[in-house]
Formats: sequence, structure tokens, C-alpha cells
Amino acid sequence: MKFAVIQFPGSNCDQDCLRAINGLDGLSAEYVWHKETTLASFDAMVLPGGFAYGDYLRCGAIARFSPIMNEVVRAAKEGQLILGTCNGFQVLCEAGLLPGALVRNRGLRFVCDMVNLRIEVADSAFTHDCAQGTILRMPIAHGEGCYFADPETLRELNGNGQVMMRYCDVTGATTPESNPNGSIENIAGICNRDGNVFGLMPHPDRASDVRLGSADGAKIFLSMAETILAGRARAAA
Amino acid sequence: MMKAKVVVMPKAAVLDPQGAAVREAMRHLGMREVKNVRIGKYLEIDLERDDADVEARLHKLCRDLLSNPVIEDYQLVKE
Repeated sequence: MKFAVIQFPGSNCDQDCLRAINGLDGLSAEYVWHKETTLASFDAMVLPGGFAYGDYLRCGAIARFSPIMNEVVRAAKEGQLILGTCNGFQVLCEAGLLPGALVRNRGLRFVCDMVNLRIEVADSAFTHDCAQGTILRMPIAHGEGCYFADPETLRELNGNGQVMMRYCDVTGATTPESNPNGSIENIAGICNRDGNVFGLMPHPDRASDVRLGSADGAKIFLSMAETILAGRARAAA
Repeated sequence: MMKAKVVVMPKAAVLDPQGAAVREAMRHLGMREVKNVRIGKYLEIDLERDDADVEARLHKLCRDLLSNPVIEDYQLVKE
């Protein structure tokens, strides 16, 4: 089971992702430089956090035109699993693989904190290791993580079960106080219509070992691995 | 040489916390009549040639790269 961790100039969570994935049984990860043009030998790909191209112009605006993104878009259309965390989420939105956009935090401050996240879709390719309503703890670290979508897009996201997780308090209530960045409807992560592209502002990569304060992030990577295995079993049958 | 000027502004429906902070600062400095401030981007682009299709290509890049149509509007002026 091989994951590609895409490295853009300015990525800074590539090592966190690689280490988190390599630390899980049966999973391995390799770096793929953004100038590469093939991802054929990988089962899944991760766009890590950081500041690709210095976040110049807009977060992810320049990274989406990196050569490797043609392959990421192709893989997305073919149904491969693609995970974008933090800056990776911003790149996926800019690339049009996910709807909406991420703008400056409402409070204007860069927020670095541990947050509670309520799983909204438990039978997805990325979260089936979690029960409905499970609360995961993961860190966030971003200045532009305020999710925005127009009312029509928001209706579609809710109607199609594409809102994967929301910021919540310890009881699972999605209060304004538990919303760290002003995201619309406390949205922390969404997937595409087909459910194979998932972006979230929190860092599963920084929450995959109890020594980091939480191992909840590992559930995302493990769910992806199980989805890929199930797909292989179906293909073989 | 030809110049293109592009102004990119956040859409009305998008929060502009920077603009709100600047409005408060302006009011704090005595300009009580300030009602609203929106902050965008201004780009000056120098071009070597003025090909026939340059404006169409600029508009395409305004949509694809220089602005994000989900959250921003742009204006392009060619000089």
C-alpha cells in the first residue's frame, strides 16, 4: 500500500505526513516532487500542509499549476483516494477538485491549537474507521482556514453528505466558540461528490501518535488503506 | 510597451476581516464617517507586445490564476 506525499516548494508538513503514514502497519509513503509527471505506482496521494509557493497571490493559487497536479486531477477522475490537509486542502479547492474556498481567518490571527472535530459522514472512504458523531482531536495551524461556499454550493454539500467534519466542543456541539476560524457552518473538512477527494484544515499527520497528544489522525490514513484493500478485493473477485 | 492593470476584490458575500479591522482603525483615528472598507489586490502587468489576442488571454488568466471566481471579482484595464 503505497502513498505519495506531494512536495511543493514551501510544503512543510511533508515529513509529518511521511512519518505518520510509514508508522502505520502495512502502509508506506514516498515523497513525490511537484515537477514529477506520473503517480502511476501509487495507491493514494496526500497533499501536505505548508505554504506552497509562499502562499503568494492566494493559498494554493500557484501550486495548482504544478506539473504533478495534472496527474492528481487525472487520478481524482479515476477514483483514486486523494487527501489534502491544511495547505493541501487549499490547493485542492484552487484546483477545482473540491468546491468552495478558504479565506483569511475571521479573527485575522494565525490559529495554532488542538481542536475537536465531529465526524459527519462515518461510512466514507476516509472515515469508516469512525462511528457517526465520533469526536476526533487534531491540531490546526493556519491563517487562512475560514471555509467559504456560496449558499447553493453549501446546500449541495449538505444534501450530498459531502461535509465530512465540523469543528465542535467536547460534547460534539458545533458552537460559535468552537469554530476557530469563522468557517461557514463550522465546516472543517469536505469531500467531492464522488467521495474520493477529501480536504480538511486540521492535521491528521500531526495527530497520529499518542505522544503527540492524539492518535486520532491515524484513523484517516487507516480508513484510506482499508478502502483501497476493499477496492482491490472487489477487483479480484 | 503595453501595460495591463488588474484589480481583484473579495465578493460582497465573502467576509473581509482585514477590511473590517482597517475600518475600525480609521474610525479610531477620528474618521467617524468611514462606513465600510474592503481590501483587494492591485496588479500592474507590463507586456512586451500587444498581440490581437492578448486581452482574451489576460482575461483567461484573470479567471484561472489572478483571481478565484469563487470568492473574488476582477477588473482588467489595458493601457
